[in-house]
Amino acid sequence: MYPILEAKMLADKIYLMVLKAPRISKNCQPGEFVIVKIDEEGERIPLTICDYDREKETITIVFQTVGASTERMAGLKAGDSFRDVVGPLGNPSEFVKEDPEELKKKKYLFVAGGVGTAPVYPQVKWMKEHGIEADVIMGSKTKDLLILEDEMREVAGNLYVTTDDGSYCRKGMVTEVIKDLVENQGKKYDVCVAIGPMIMMKFVCLLTKELGIPTIVSLNPIMVDGTGMCGACRVTVGDQVKFACVDGPEFDGHAVNFDEAMKRQQMYKTEEGRALLKLQEGATHHGGCGNCSD
Amino acid sequence: MDMMKKVPVREQDPKVRATNFEEVCYGYNEEEAVMEASRCLNCKNARCVNGCPVKIDIPAFISQVKEKDYIGAANTIAKSSALPAVCGRVCPQESQCEGQCVRGIKGEAVSIGKLERFVADWSREHGFVPEASAEKKGKKVAVIGSGPAGLTCAGDLAKLGYDVTIFEALHEPGGVLTYGIPEFRLPKQAVVQPEIDNVRKLGVKIETNVIIGKSVTIDELMDDEGYSAVFIGSGAGLPRFMGIPGENANGVFSANEYLTRSNLMKAFREDYDTPIAAGKKVVVVGGGNVAMDAARTALRLGAEVHVVYRRSEKELPARAEEVHHAKEEGIIFNLLTNPVEILTDEKGWVKGMVVRKMELGEPDASGRRRPVEVAGSDFTIDVDTVIMALGTSPNPLISSTTDGLETNKHKCIVASEENGQTSREGVFAGGDAVTGAATVILAMEAGRAGARGIDEYLSGK
Repeated sequence: MYPILEAKMLADKIYLMVLKAPRISKNCQPGEFVIVKIDEEGERIPLTICDYDREKETITIVFQTVGASTERMAGLKAGDSFRDVVGPLGNPSEFVKEDPEELKKKKYLFVAGGVGTAPVYPQVKWMKEHGIEADVIMGSKTKDLLILEDEMREVAGNLYVTTDDGSYCRKGMVTEVIKDLVENQGKKYDVCVAIGPMIMMKFVCLLTKELGIPTIVSLNPIMVDGTGMCGACRVTVGDQVKFACVDGPEFDGHAVNFDEAMKRQQMYKTEEGRALLKLQEGATHHGGCGNCSD
Repeated sequence: MDMMKKVPVREQDPKVRATNFEEVCYGYNEEEAVMEASRCLNCKNARCVNGCPVKIDIPAFISQVKEKDYIGAANTIAKSSALPAVCGRVCPQESQCEGQCVRGIKGEAVSIGKLERFVADWSREHGFVPEASAEKKGKKVAVIGSGPAGLTCAGDLAKLGYDVTIFEALHEPGGVLTYGIPEFRLPKQAVVQPEIDNVRKLGVKIETNVIIGKSVTIDELMDDEGYSAVFIGSGAGLPRFMGIPGENANGVFSANEYLTRSNLMKAFREDYDTPIAAGKKVVVVGGGNVAMDAARTALRLGAEVHVVYRRSEKELPARAEEVHHAKEEGIIFNLLTNPVEILTDEKGWVKGMVVRKMELGEPDASGRRRPVEVAGSDFTIDVDTVIMALGTSPNPLISSTTDGLETNKHKCIVASEENGQTSREGVFAGGDAVTGAATVILAMEAGRAGARGIDEYLSGK
């Protein structure tokens, strides 16, 4: 069992939990993820490690409720436990393996979309710990959905916040901020790291390709075991099929086939919808509304 | 009774079982087992024993069954095998023990597998428990992987008095017994769990959710956590795909994913959260036991199921009994057929498969006749779900994170067949991690050899 030491809501539908997981805490690195399973009946859910404390033997996860399982997770409180937490999984971010002195010569731009801010945070924090000031763009739909702003401000070089509806700081998409920084403010970046919804990563990559900035994305496909034994998470990168759980989750964003990846994410849409309805209303079929065609 | 023929075994009706996940074969009752045991000729130079990879004393345990000494029979089997209830069910006996049986020359071989299963089931139902060792060696051994190789190795080492911990990456132990082989062939609660509990009763600890190479490395286990030796039984769990167009479409699964969802995550049950795409018309590509398991699982989830295999029925690598069961249940075999492309609709879902006719040419290195494409024979079959059961290879995670561990070009760990010794001192390996995908009983044999090797190594220290 893996006890929950802290559980809080960061924004509407977005939750943070600190879990006791000694083996994972001891060996994890930025960029890696865990798989959690609530109880005997639960499914295995991949979540990026968004912070860790090796002394307290804890890891921090952040998740958004999108279906029945995350809805059920949101109901857990401090003092409850997960039946299973396994990790760290995947590969650490490339820069972790680089020589910090070499790294200092490069200018990094991190782009975080929505709940994707959580996996970006440990990377920027790692940079700060190694004396590197990285620029960070955080985007969210509205002010209310913005998470970890104070934490990020603490570790980021320059922080640029934008909201789709203009309810806080800038108005507009993260891509507009990138464009502004590079084209109007004359900023030069050697590497861009973009993590967020698949559609955001796709558009960031289209732009950075134009701007000539190498870009790394962290993919979040459907996973089952997370150890390379099933291929549920396979993605096409360049002309090769990769398993995101063992070959990634971070890839060269300019080589990722996002359209295929987005289609694959929808694979269980109907099953997930049914499971959520069953959880919330005790029934799976209401019938007659005509809204279930997609 | 006809001494030339096996005492028939009772099975669930094919029409009924095609709709449920309960065990197909009911096994023998006492009366049937004693009757079948009486067919054994008790040969002096028993050829059946040579056909068994772990050399169970088959005539001895069958004589004990004949005399209704079931505990004696269980003890005889326990000397050679740690998982008899499993092996009695899933071994390909027709090419092992039963393939050698003298009775088989003129009639039908003695049902050795069903008798072994009877003894194991009887002793479990009557509370027979293996004996733990009284002597303690005071040395810690780590076993990586809780499949048949790891369980056997751990059990043997515990019996010798070692302090053994198994590290398992998934949330349940058992390896392929838990995630791969379906409930209807190998019941989890009734058969697999008790066999794993027997290993625990010997004093073996099992730590789940630990991925060696990620959660902890072999070096850390040996340097920081005080393990004197390590046995790697991590299997061959990496699935292969064909590399044909459309293979990443929605509705295309590896058999490992499909079976893991169904067996480990219990997606076939309403009260579990993991979903599975049942499909209306399913094509399973491949002809091994995994293909049969995937096909019969899809059938039970309500689909019309086709097995597409590029050779003919004679070359099917699956067990004869499983092919027979699959046919009885209504699986359709499209033989001498090979997929060329998977067609998708605008939403990215499978809508069809282009296949090519094959014919058999000259025998290849494996002795099987090589399939040759028939030019201009392509045609399309309508299908909404495709399951690729093309075989698996070892996961490189452990070998890539352990310095000095030699692997071959198939990513298999190089280890001695005799004692499991690898290129690293104190590190032993066996089972599919060394041989590539093989059988449960061969993995057990390797686990046993590894335990022997570790005991010799630690005794000599």
